[in-house]
Amino acid sequence: MADQNWTHATLALQLLRLDPGLGGICIRARSGPVRDRLTAMIDPAAQRLHPAVSDETLFGGLDLSATLASGHLVQEKGLLATSGTLILAMAERATTGLAARLAVALDKNNDHCLIALDEGAEPDEALNPKLAERLAFHVDLSDCAFGGTKGAHPSSATPLPVQDVTISAATIAQITRVAEELGIDSMRAPLFTIRAARAHAALQGRDRLLAEDVETACALTLAHRATRLPEPEAQEQDPPPPPQDQSNDADTQDGFDLPDELLLEAVRALLPDNLLEQLAAQRARAGRGNGTGAAHKGNRRGRPLPSRAGRISDGARIDIIGTLRAAAPWQTIRRNGSGHDGLHIRPADIRIKRFEEKSDRLLIFTVDASGSSALSRLAEAKGAVELLLAQAYARRDHVALVAFRGTEAELLLPPTRSLVQTKRRLAGLPGGGGTPLAAGMMTAFDQATQATRRGLTPTIAILTDGRANIALDGRADRKQAAEDAQHIARILRAHGTDAIVIDTGNRPEPALRKLAQTLDASYLPLPRADAERLSKSVATALGD
Amino acid sequence: MQPFPFSAIVGQDEMKQAMILTAIDASIGGVLVFGDRGTGKSTAVRALAALLPPIKAIKGCPINSASAKDVPAWAALETKRAHETPTPVVDLPLGATEDRVTGALDIEKALTKGEKAFQPGLLARANRGYLYIDEVNLLEDHIVDLLLDVAQSGENVVEREGLSIRHAARFVLVGSGNPEEGELRPQLLDRFGLSVEVASPKDVETRVEVIKRRDAFENDNAAFMLRWQAEDAAIRDRILTARKALSKLKTPEKSLMDVAELCLALGSDGLRGELTLLKAARAYAAWRDDTALTRAHVRAVAPMALRHRLRRDPLDEAGSGTRVARTVEDVLG
Repeated sequence: MADQNWTHATLALQLLRLDPGLGGICIRARSGPVRDRLTAMIDPAAQRLHPAVSDETLFGGLDLSATLASGHLVQEKGLLATSGTLILAMAERATTGLAARLAVALDKNNDHCLIALDEGAEPDEALNPKLAERLAFHVDLSDCAFGGTKGAHPSSATPLPVQDVTISAATIAQITRVAEELGIDSMRAPLFTIRAARAHAALQGRDRLLAEDVETACALTLAHRATRLPEPEAQEQDPPPPPQDQSNDADTQDGFDLPDELLLEAVRALLPDNLLEQLAAQRARAGRGNGTGAAHKGNRRGRPLPSRAGRISDGARIDIIGTLRAAAPWQTIRRNGSGHDGLHIRPADIRIKRFEEKSDRLLIFTVDASGSSALSRLAEAKGAVELLLAQAYARRDHVALVAFRGTEAELLLPPTRSLVQTKRRLAGLPGGGGTPLAAGMMTAFDQATQATRRGLTPTIAILTDGRANIALDGRADRKQAAEDAQHIARILRAHGTDAIVIDTGNRPEPALRKLAQTLDASYLPLPRADAERLSKSVATALGD
Repeated sequence: MQPFPFSAIVGQDEMKQAMILTAIDASIGGVLVFGDRGTGKSTAVRALAALLPPIKAIKGCPINSASAKDVPAWAALETKRAHETPTPVVDLPLGATEDRVTGALDIEKALTKGEKAFQPGLLARANRGYLYIDEVNLLEDHIVDLLLDVAQSGENVVEREGLSIRHAARFVLVGSGNPEEGELRPQLLDRFGLSVEVASPKDVETRVEVIKRRDAFENDNAAFMLRWQAEDAAIRDRILTARKALSKLKTPEKSLMDVAELCLALGSDGLRGELTLLKAARAYAAWRDDTALTRAHVRAVAPMALRHRLRRDPLDEAGSGTRVARTVEDVLG
């Protein structure tokens, strides 16, 4: 008995071959015999891409060396210029930029189809949603055993052209309704379902749809997009839309009776039991930044990396020594071959300089200066700031300090790397009053956004021992204050700002743990933290 | 394949209206369409081209000059005859290099004839037309800087590879993107005259209609295009009529006050907000075939003209569109 996912994957590949307008398929599986067996079924003429593929390879461009050699313009054809199947290996590593370029290509040209091989190991490593949206199918083969696989059995019938399959208005309406029922917002999903249903019928050599076509198409295209479980009881309270006008016109009915419930059931069978938890995790992930800003590889500035064979393109710098070194062993042969004296350098010898630029980090200490323990905590925070700054030159850290007390937050130390300035600014700080945690986080968030614009990578460290009790508008309202804090935490997380929550209370405070969860931050209970331990834990939490 | 016809797009009235307004008065300055995946953003922008009335331009001119004296010397045209040509809608792909955008040394001529010639880029082709950037929020920074500069001055200056060329580059920016994937710099936001937010239709009937039309477009293309091209032509005629009516439109002092009060209340930066709002309201009045500008016109276009000019408030989840609508209620009553 073949694994269900495997059957779906092979079927999807067959449908794609018949109608590339389906966009493609995302196959989630680690490399291994199962995946190899599946990729063996892909059109052998397919072009392979990798996540670091350059724009020139994709779109084509001027072939400079060929142009120089031949004396007339030689344009290189990009991979996207020829239509056909593209395979994107390590699809989970595709950057937003690449995803956008591929998405535009898929949108414009119905003959392209993309097979994304997603090797993500962790649940939060996955194909870029923008691209996933444009692929009709998504199959997860990570739990598929090799024993459950078998070769695709070719359909006995000769496939028809997809356009010959007719579909009735009632079926279109039904598919749309089912997609809506599953909480799928995008209009692309039902379109894919219709296409897939047609292709499925065409594959069997039929020009009319059968119930099984629609059912399979729904299962293949809708299950992975579902954002809510259809509720059977809700359907009873709210009777399904009245059946289409019973004229029984051959044009409006496809000649089969398939209740919505059956279709929904076909999809529901494929939904994981913990759909809701998975969705919650996904939502969190969606907000995460795509990692740009942390380290750029470029060829302009930064720490030099080993040079690499490459092409002279826009802005690339040639590593002359490396190029000469690569060309040196061949000089005798080349000289003899061409009969010319002098240096012979071929395009393949050219080495390009590469640099890695690390963006500087900004640590924003957000310190609770309220209540009785404020003074000691502030003092320790100051100590930690100074300690971190003392080591900062090596790590290129900037530090900022925000304190919150009473009803508002104050930026005590704007982002700086200067130890002297820090010491002067931090001398003499008042404490006491309520805990406007939300206001403090707000100020930290402002600093973080500004820092991101300047190319820094901000991290917010929140030091507090208690619950928020002052709301954003300055009122003393515990409930509102907690809600405000959670709200800002969600915004921070949506912006992908890293954070750490340090609980300096004598007992760990559940509210703070919850806040850390919302922030997707690490939570460190550090009662009676001193500056030394503080700076050490912060450094550890940041992964130094 | 021809793009999906503009008039066949179901719903999304605000987006369609905004595009029609820029077609009536190009000086409004472009449309930014922001919204979720699969809401028809790209479809609408690609459909815009078919909607635009043709322009008169010198045949073969790389910058679509309107008259013979505007043709740049480097174009080296032999005859300067005017002909009618569709309004250019130029796609700026995300991967475009600086050379392709601004234009650069014509390498072929340089190599074969040893001539130093200029090969115009996308900005030249977009002159007097539209420049469309899909995924505008993912555009690389240096291209954005370049665009900002040209959009501001209306002139493209190329100083590279021993070339020193300047040519007119006045175009309407049209952008689309998904805000979840990245934000747009406020400077670039400001360059767009109008901004609209689109969402998927929520009721089943509309959704079914969308799917049906798209399916007909894909599988019964000829008949579908025939039906909707007529509708597109009707919109195009109405745009032409509105363009003519625009100059005769009366603008009472009262409407100017409304516009200024509204922008003040919203605290939008600079005066660009007022100017765009006024222009958009006038274009809307012309489109509606009215003879004078009234408060109703201002009210109708205020959200799209001002939405993207507000200071961002991360705490306001309702979105800036709602904030504008609230203020419109307060100010205009």
